[in-house]
Amino acid sequence: MMQERTINALVLAGFVLLPIWALATDEPFTITLATRAVLLALAAVGLNIALGIGGLVSLGHAVFFGLGGYAMGILAFHAQSFTPLELGPLTIAGTKSMPIIWLCAIVVSALAAFVIGLLSLRTTGVYFIMITLAFGQMFFFFSISWSAYGGEDGLSIWVRNSFPGLNTLIPIQFFGLCFAALCLALFIHWRLRASPFGLTLNAARQNPARVEAVGLSPIRLKLLAFVISGAITGLAGALFADLNRFVSPTMFSWQLSGELIVLIVIGGVGRLMGPVVGAAVFVALEHLLGGLTDFWHIWLGVILLVIVLFSRGGIIGALTGKAGPHV
Amino acid sequence: MSTILIIEQILNGLQFGIMLFLMAAGLTLIFGVMGLINLAHGSLYMIGAFAAAAVAGATGSFALALIAALAAAALAGAIVEIVVIRRLYAAAHLDQVLATFALILVFSEGTRWVFGSFPLFLDVPSYLSGPITLPGGIQYPLYRLALILIGLLVAFALWWLTVRTRLGVQIRAGENDREMIAALGVDISKLYTIVFALGAALAGLAGALVGAIQSVQVGMGEPVLILAFVVIVIGGIGSIKGAFIGAILVGLTDTLGGIFLPQFFKLFMEAGAATQTGSALASMAVYVLMSLVLIWRPTGLFGARS
Repeated sequence: MMQERTINALVLAGFVLLPIWALATDEPFTITLATRAVLLALAAVGLNIALGIGGLVSLGHAVFFGLGGYAMGILAFHAQSFTPLELGPLTIAGTKSMPIIWLCAIVVSALAAFVIGLLSLRTTGVYFIMITLAFGQMFFFFSISWSAYGGEDGLSIWVRNSFPGLNTLIPIQFFGLCFAALCLALFIHWRLRASPFGLTLNAARQNPARVEAVGLSPIRLKLLAFVISGAITGLAGALFADLNRFVSPTMFSWQLSGELIVLIVIGGVGRLMGPVVGAAVFVALEHLLGGLTDFWHIWLGVILLVIVLFSRGGIIGALTGKAGPHV
Repeated sequence: MSTILIIEQILNGLQFGIMLFLMAAGLTLIFGVMGLINLAHGSLYMIGAFAAAAVAGATGSFALALIAALAAAALAGAIVEIVVIRRLYAAAHLDQVLATFALILVFSEGTRWVFGSFPLFLDVPSYLSGPITLPGGIQYPLYRLALILIGLLVAFALWWLTVRTRLGVQIRAGENDREMIAALGVDISKLYTIVFALGAALAGLAGALVGAIQSVQVGMGEPVLILAFVVIVIGGIGSIKGAFIGAILVGLTDTLGGIFLPQFFKLFMEAGAATQTGSALASMAVYVLMSLVLIWRPTGLFGARS
């Protein structure tokens, strides 16, 4: 049995070594795969703040992923077509600069998370799952029918956006950028969990009545967690769109929300590195099984069933021999 | 806008709502009795449609196709309940969501494997095809009218089942206190299998009936599933009456919104922008309706539990 800390270090080391190895053997596609895993992990790390610490089973986190993606898509679209973006009385110029795009993605998804959280947190349990799902569908259908930005066909961006001092067109440099964002998000999760806020949030998950009795507001704690969570997932969406140079309504799809939960549970619920392990395994399975059969989702489904039914702590739980902090 | 068009659209909305009710009734029953969120309910709908299309293709009989749909979905439901679902009753909602999400993957890809990615077609039988003239001179497709009647019949049968039969008494008792009815000698795990198979059969029936007016393809279940969730959340989870009223509300909102919202925006916008804004808002209308209901009543219109 291994220590969770050892596993965490090994996983992070793997994420550093794999692209370096790929660079040495000249396999740029492996770097792209690793970047994909890092970005899915980043999105799931975001969700894990709401789900893992706060116990909020959100089946609508694709909203923030999609909003981040569209924030990037819309700004870059206006920059590449040299048309200003008109928001009522405001006129904004498009931009190809990643820091500005990220800021927009984070702000927009945080705002959306605030509004959605404010409404959804009035409910609990199944109702919460369903109302977040419904918000996801709202954005999905809206993006399909809003033809100004491609509607159902999505929006292509010709050249990847730029980051000062880096050449993002080189896969390894873009990977480094995404990996740095992931490490930052993991750091935030780690600090948050040990902070007074994280501890009270954890308490609010376990027993909201007692938290209320000591004079704290469980809903306010959960709302803040939901906003932070949405903002991180939004950032992941902006980067993911940049990886593919393409945004489409699938980024809002409920399957994506489901997959984000799947990533967390494969790795281990309530664990710092759960989403990262989950995303690595998911992308590896997608690549390996997808190469063997067109129907790899069957096997993903079976694996998932086995994990849910028989191994409560996900992969990290199986390796450490300890069930998760909670299931 | 003529009265005839409005009446036609109201009938379309009713028909859609009643098909949603067949889905939602099973979902809400399963949640009410077993406390289980079943995301794979849409897969049972798909199985019904595929079974109907396969049997109709082989025998040419629509009645046999419907029986096949009911049987296939009920059987699939019973097997899934015994193999997987049974282990999830005591589990957290998160585990239920995941396990049934996994079942969707298995069912969808399995069906794609067996039947391929191309849609199948199920024809409306000749004795139900063509329009019928309603009082007032309105021409309306006979098949859609038949769907409304079948749905109402099923709703009535379901009401009769839950209120007037021994099984119904056990189901209602199971909703309230499962330990007590187990102690009274009811075989609770058999009861759960029956309830799950019943819900599955209703979903399969809906799939087969709708399959004749749309194409039968992999992934057809999920959009309906999500709307059925909206329905039961609006109606209050666990309440069949709520599911019925929610289904009609959602069916009417979706259908009428798609027709009238673009028209409404044309009153004060230019045509192109009005159509776009109207149809964008119409596609979101049912979700807005659901959010409004939940904000007003966090447990739905007829939901009891908090």
